[in-house]
Amino acid sequence: MLPPETASAAVNYPAPRPRHLQADAIFKGLTVIGAIIVPVIMAGIVWELLAGSLPALQKFGVRFFFTEAWNPVTQNFGAASSIYGTIVSTAIAMMLAVPMSLVIALFLVELAPPWLSKVVGTMIELLAAIPSIIYGMWGLFIFAPFMSKYVQPFLGDTLGFLPLFQGPPLGIGMLTAGIILAFMILPFITAICRDVFALVPPVMKESGYGIGATTWEVTYKVTIPYGAVGVLGAVFLGLGRALGETMAVTFVIGNTHRISASFFAPGNSIASCLANEFAEATEPTYVSSLIALGLVLFVFTFVVQVVSQMLLRRMYRSWSLKI
Amino acid sequence: MIPRPYTGRRITNLLVNVISVTAAVMGILILIWITYMVIYRGLAAINLDFFTKLPTPPMMPGGGLANAILGTLVMTVLATLIAVPIGLLGGICLGEFGQQSRVAEVCRFAANVLIGMPSIIIGIFVYGLLVITMGNFSGWAGAVALAIIMLPVVARTTEDMLRMVPDPLRESALAMGAPRWKVTLSIVFRAAKSGIITGVLLGVARVSGETAPLLFTALNSPYMISSLSQPTPNLTVTIFNYAMSPYEDWQQLAWGASLLITVSVLALTLLARFTFGEQKR
Repeated sequence: MLPPETASAAVNYPAPRPRHLQADAIFKGLTVIGAIIVPVIMAGIVWELLAGSLPALQKFGVRFFFTEAWNPVTQNFGAASSIYGTIVSTAIAMMLAVPMSLVIALFLVELAPPWLSKVVGTMIELLAAIPSIIYGMWGLFIFAPFMSKYVQPFLGDTLGFLPLFQGPPLGIGMLTAGIILAFMILPFITAICRDVFALVPPVMKESGYGIGATTWEVTYKVTIPYGAVGVLGAVFLGLGRALGETMAVTFVIGNTHRISASFFAPGNSIASCLANEFAEATEPTYVSSLIALGLVLFVFTFVVQVVSQMLLRRMYRSWSLKI
Repeated sequence: MIPRPYTGRRITNLLVNVISVTAAVMGILILIWITYMVIYRGLAAINLDFFTKLPTPPMMPGGGLANAILGTLVMTVLATLIAVPIGLLGGICLGEFGQQSRVAEVCRFAANVLIGMPSIIIGIFVYGLLVITMGNFSGWAGAVALAIIMLPVVARTTEDMLRMVPDPLRESALAMGAPRWKVTLSIVFRAAKSGIITGVLLGVARVSGETAPLLFTALNSPYMISSLSQPTPNLTVTIFNYAMSPYEDWQQLAWGASLLITVSVLALTLLARFTFGEQKR
């Protein structure tokens, strides 16, 4: 019990000090500024890409996206070879990385004992920590010679009847770039797939095992369908990474503005073209064409990002309700 | 329904198990292969000169990358100084004040997209924002580009960590009469400390290996840094330039620089995991 004097003092105590409120308002204002900066930067990026690419797009029109020509001397530019290279190298990477990530996640969640799962999981995650340029160094000096000496002659001998695997084994080229990209996005897809697999309610898996299903059958028919949205989200996340990956690709893709049927042939991607040429470009049309390439890359990654965000958010939301 | 024979199903299962172990082993082998090669080729380039001398023209022995090491350090520290305060504030806004609001929703979305944006696009943005307006490539532009990459990482981790702090902690502090800013900064932040430090460390790790955003912001230079308004030497662009050169000794230096970058990035990453330990999930 409070003594009566104190109680009356509490009643007379002045209402919250204005200064105190002011400090809170200022603090909140500052945090809002800190948060608003992020969308402002996004808007700035969009505005700059649009404004910067306008001259090139006005000059070349829709043709810009479909012509292979890339000639700084005659000031004639087309994005087709870069867009093609980006899509092909990413497709190779996805075809390798998605199944590999799924089975590694399966290993981590279902097969390995917890201690091993932790060690292997950490090592796979460390693949994501290695900077892009280190993949580039390794790719150019170690992996490309390995490809040209062992992998490409082998593919040429066995699958050489396909135009995809014809041509001299140079080492550098689309295939090498795609394989290195696959290793780079592997940890991202694996990490999410592992979470998805681990989050599937044990009851679901146990009922599968209960009727005599094998580990693979439970994974294929219970776990993956249950977590399909999440797995798809992971795939899109990896796709976004692969599309914009710059330095590793620049080292090994060969950097020629040409579309070739063979995966062995050198080519280029949007990101590698920007990395190689942007700092040296001086003529306005050249710079503008490069920024237009950047705009294409931005649109690609933006769409992929948005899809993956939506999928992953939907998964986590529906699961937090179910679990 | 006729059941499929158990033997066949077991063989399929075994096959998948073998494939999945092989895939995991392959992932680990790649990690070991890369780190081994970087250490093996890099150690040959590391000596006292590497840290103390300036680069020499090709075929002249005795060069080092003192300027690039310093440049990378300065730009990374600057980027951290820019990105961390703003990122923390942004994270507080998202995590403490506007969990549901429309504005917070937009900011969160933008941060997520910015995290996945190719860093070379950020390079183009800063090129237009600072390099064109200031008239030349500069260390400031490089630092700002790195800061923009770091900012959403710090903001989003801060938000996630703040959300993990239980509400009763805030309520009891508010009930004691502490103003909101004090509750956030001295109560909630203390509870979320290790997570936020992890976020910052991961952000630093990510930008210290970045090359693409520096290519046309900081550019590179063979001289000592005299001012940040000049093209600024840095390790990653040096690796790129030297690796693409036909000179053996320059390529050797590039391996040395690769080793330095890999070791620092991996150390930061492991340190971040160590700080956060088991709290992650």
